[in-house]
Amino acid sequence: MTNTLLTTKSLSKTYIMGDIQVHALRHVNLEVQKGDFIAIMGASGSGKTTFMNLLGCLDKPSEGEYILDDIPVHQMNEDDLTVIRNQKIGYVFQSFYLLPRTTALENVELPLLYCRKCSLHDRHQKAIKALEIVNIADRAKHYPNQLSGGQQQRVAIARAIVNDPSFILADEPTGNLDTRTSIEVMAVFQQLHANGKTIVLVTHEPDIAQYAHRHITFKDGRIISDKLNTNPKHATQDLLNLPQTDEEA
Amino acid sequence: MSLLGIIRIALKSLTRNKTRTFLTMLGIIIGVAAVIAMLAIGQGAQKIVEDQVNSMGTNVIMVYSNFSQSAVRQAAGGGNLLTIQDAEAIRDQLDGVLYTSPVYNSWGQLKYESKNWRTGIMGVDADYFFIRDMQTSAGELFYRSDVENGAKVCVIGKTVADNLFGDINPVGKIIRIRNIPFTVTGVLTAKGQSVMGNDQDDAVIAPYTTVYQRLLGHRWRNMMIMVSAVSRDAIHIVQQDIMDLLQARHRGTTSEEFVVSSQTDLAETANSVSHTMTILLASIAGISLLVGGIGIMNIMLVSVTERVKEIGIRMAVGAGKRDVLLQFIIEAMAISIMGGILGILLGFGAARVVSKIMDWNIAVTAWSILLSVGFSMSIGIFFGWYPAKKAANLNLIDALRYE
Repeated sequence: MTNTLLTTKSLSKTYIMGDIQVHALRHVNLEVQKGDFIAIMGASGSGKTTFMNLLGCLDKPSEGEYILDDIPVHQMNEDDLTVIRNQKIGYVFQSFYLLPRTTALENVELPLLYCRKCSLHDRHQKAIKALEIVNIADRAKHYPNQLSGGQQQRVAIARAIVNDPSFILADEPTGNLDTRTSIEVMAVFQQLHANGKTIVLVTHEPDIAQYAHRHITFKDGRIISDKLNTNPKHATQDLLNLPQTDEEA
Repeated sequence: MSLLGIIRIALKSLTRNKTRTFLTMLGIIIGVAAVIAMLAIGQGAQKIVEDQVNSMGTNVIMVYSNFSQSAVRQAAGGGNLLTIQDAEAIRDQLDGVLYTSPVYNSWGQLKYESKNWRTGIMGVDADYFFIRDMQTSAGELFYRSDVENGAKVCVIGKTVADNLFGDINPVGKIIRIRNIPFTVTGVLTAKGQSVMGNDQDDAVIAPYTTVYQRLLGHRWRNMMIMVSAVSRDAIHIVQQDIMDLLQARHRGTTSEEFVVSSQTDLAETANSVSHTMTILLASIAGISLLVGGIGIMNIMLVSVTERVKEIGIRMAVGAGKRDVLLQFIIEAMAISIMGGILGILLGFGAARVVSKIMDWNIAVTAWSILLSVGFSMSIGIFFGWYPAKKAANLNLIDALRYE
């Protein structure tokens, strides 16, 4: 059994805007192992968001191959991609994207509701378990507008892991959070990683990337560097070193 | 995902926006309520008409001369008006005739002590009461012997009794009709309104012989004849026989100079009027249902635009196009079905209120309920389809990035 989670071969994405072709992504080759914690970095316009959309099966490549769990995803149709999104990928977005007027628990249950082969019976237990993992089970009955940013992001992470996906795809998960909550959220990711989850993190903040174990940098639609972070920071450690604040949760 | 799951999601998202859901429903509620109430009231009206027609008696045939046709002959001094002899001929010569009575109609002042009341005066044979199924609530009717003797007796309707006597029992009292004293033998059981809308209880009825001799002074020759047939099936044949007989007795007349109309003819005319009214009202109600449906589409379209991001999130966590399509259609259907149910209750209530106020016996029929539920469900699907299709065809990335 291989340890490879996903492979992209010459993955390209070209947008056509009027007469102009925009090469957002040019022939990207990447291999991600199971259990990796990758930070994808790059300035805006570097192609990292496009790449993330392709990895997340939110968009289809113009060219190239994308193999996820030995499945040639680039050949799949929209219906099959729906299943991949539901089963294989857990999304965490910058602005949380929780459904309004819906409790934390119901938000976490959402992927289970759209899961064709999941039974609906144990969805409560599964959702509560996911909330427990990210330490927010006590807020299960709260609505998103009753939760702080950090708490909302944790609920979003719980939603991402509830279906036990192949990897977690986090798009600027700390972009809307202050330093302290950012580190708290990174601590959650590190904990998930320690428990064997694969995490792909898209960020433009070098500080945040320091918590990942592998750094991939994009520029002009290409990977310009791919190196291991031999000495990643520990979020739980950093939290202890932060000065105490009044708004301690 | 399972249909049950989608229904759960759809209902949940409706309960999240209760005010909007209710306002959207309102159009359907009013539409369905209108349909139910209108059909119920229409049917109630039809029932009333039937009752009124039945209050005329059983298998009744009315015979009278057609004024517009006979006017020329009258002017020429010919005259072919009906006579007592015609009535006797109908009674004695025709099969299928149960009772016959001449009817003189006039107006006059009634007086009892200091009280006056102007009312319709009818001169009839004793058989008239059988033709019209008349009974007394106090006292008794008059008899054949009273007719033969030209007795000065009369029975009065309830309206007359109330106005002339109030709380006093009129039986045995003497009233003056056009200043001629008559003994009241009885008060008729109330019959209510006639098909034509006049009060059947506002009349005084006396033997035709007495009316003819004492009140009309032998001059009044215009009369009608009321006949009852032995059975419902016999009505048509008897009608034709009467017409043939009259033409044979009045030489040189055409069928246009007499009118022989039956209770069933009258019922049909009245029914077709109330039927037209029902259709008219129901189509107005139907239009308001249509408007309600357009309201649903409107709100669903707004709702799709408002929830683009939600749709994006749902798609990102694994909702397919089909799931989104179904969710929105089911939302629209749930709104219209719920609205339909509430509308039925409201319509039922409205019908009850109308029946209380108008003292009608109104029944909400099963088929009008089925009709409106079916109609509102189809409205849900029909008007929910376009917004749902729009939601399902959203591009995932655009939807997620939508602000």
